[in-house]
Amino acid sequence: MEIPVMVGAGLVVIGAGIGIGKIGGSAMEAIARQPEAYGKIQTAMLIAAALIEGIGFAALFAV
Amino acid sequence: MSFVSHAEEGHESGDKKTEIKEYIQHHLLDSHDFALTSYTNEDGETVHVGFPLPVILWDDGLKVFMSSKLHHGEAVAEVGGNYYKSYHNKIYKTDAEGTIELDEHHHPTNVKPLDLSITKNVAVIFLVGLLMFFLFKGLAASYAKNSGIAKGIGRFLEPIVLYVRDDIAIPNIGEKKYKKYMPYLLTVFFFVWFVNLLGLTPLGVNVTNSISVTIALALITFLITNLTGTKDYWKHIFDPLGDSMPWYGKLPIYIILVPIEILGIFIKPFALLIRLYANIKAGHIVLMSLIGLMFLFKSWLGSSLSFGLTFAISLIELLVALLQAYIFTMLSALYFGFASETHEHAEEHDGEIQHL
Repeated sequence: MEIPVMVGAGLVVIGAGIGIGKIGGSAMEAIARQPEAYGKIQTAMLIAAALIEGIGFAALFAV
Repeated sequence: MSFVSHAEEGHESGDKKTEIKEYIQHHLLDSHDFALTSYTNEDGETVHVGFPLPVILWDDGLKVFMSSKLHHGEAVAEVGGNYYKSYHNKIYKTDAEGTIELDEHHHPTNVKPLDLSITKNVAVIFLVGLLMFFLFKGLAASYAKNSGIAKGIGRFLEPIVLYVRDDIAIPNIGEKKYKKYMPYLLTVFFFVWFVNLLGLTPLGVNVTNSISVTIALALITFLITNLTGTKDYWKHIFDPLGDSMPWYGKLPIYIILVPIEILGIFIKPFALLIRLYANIKAGHIVLMSLIGLMFLFKSWLGSSLSFGLTFAISLIELLVALLQAYIFTMLSALYFGFASETHEHAEEHDGEIQHL
């Protein structure tokens, strides 16, 4: 485990965290605006978050 | 992911850390016996509590024996004139003394027979399979007996089955074709969920954080997606632009686009397997590390902090267990939706535009 690899993995995880945070935040706003579309927004949010999460884990496992 | 543990002598806290690391590492591996717990007795001997599972080896003929013969890797098992020893939960052929020869990378150079054992993971998969069979057979039977109303545990399962159908399968695959994918979607949802939940019990089960299991699950999704792929699905991969452009216009685009589309066929199930595997594995590592903190702090403050954190993370893990089952099913349904799509809808739309 070399230090550049670890820093790189950390950067990817920061990126993934920002991404999931943005998705969650936008979903909250969307639900506040249209509470009746709660189910659909949640589904779309989970899929997008899961896709980003996959990248985050791929980076962690590269270490 | 690799946990490199160096034995530090002299430092007591270093020893504890190494011990905890090794314990976590050991937990994450599959094993040949169903170990519930182990402790050190007054005489300083390690006592293992659990029950053995059958070991099945193919080594010039079938060799079957119980894993109690291996004594958790501490003893050499003699079967039909051959000697076997378990080293880091993998079985190697050895001589009568059980010498394991290591190369410079600490990998054993001994012969490894083909291992078809009923390991802990396999046993749990069988158990969950049986459990699901009886639960859902009971649900189906109660419909027939009770004039269409579920009874007992079926009342709990029915809404979940309906949820998978109405909120996962139909929106992603479509009203017409969802039926042929339902058996797989329901099976994979309940299998992943039950197995994840069992992983949170003190049984120490860790089926979905073995990458082989998630590879197998993703492989089934991959096969179903590509074997049920319609003409339009393959056209979307090899000829995405269709008749909208002459061939000399498409050629430079396709040199880049088609390889990416072909790669995409494999990347989709790969992301699926990594996601499930990594999520559950990361959860187990975090939980066990937090429990391990208790043995490092050795004070009432540290222990209660560790307990509180473990409790909170356990609750999150309960959610993750369900969420991962949901995501796996959801994305499988999405891929099946891509595979079974037909362009009827688009043509209707084109027709409308022409009429206008």
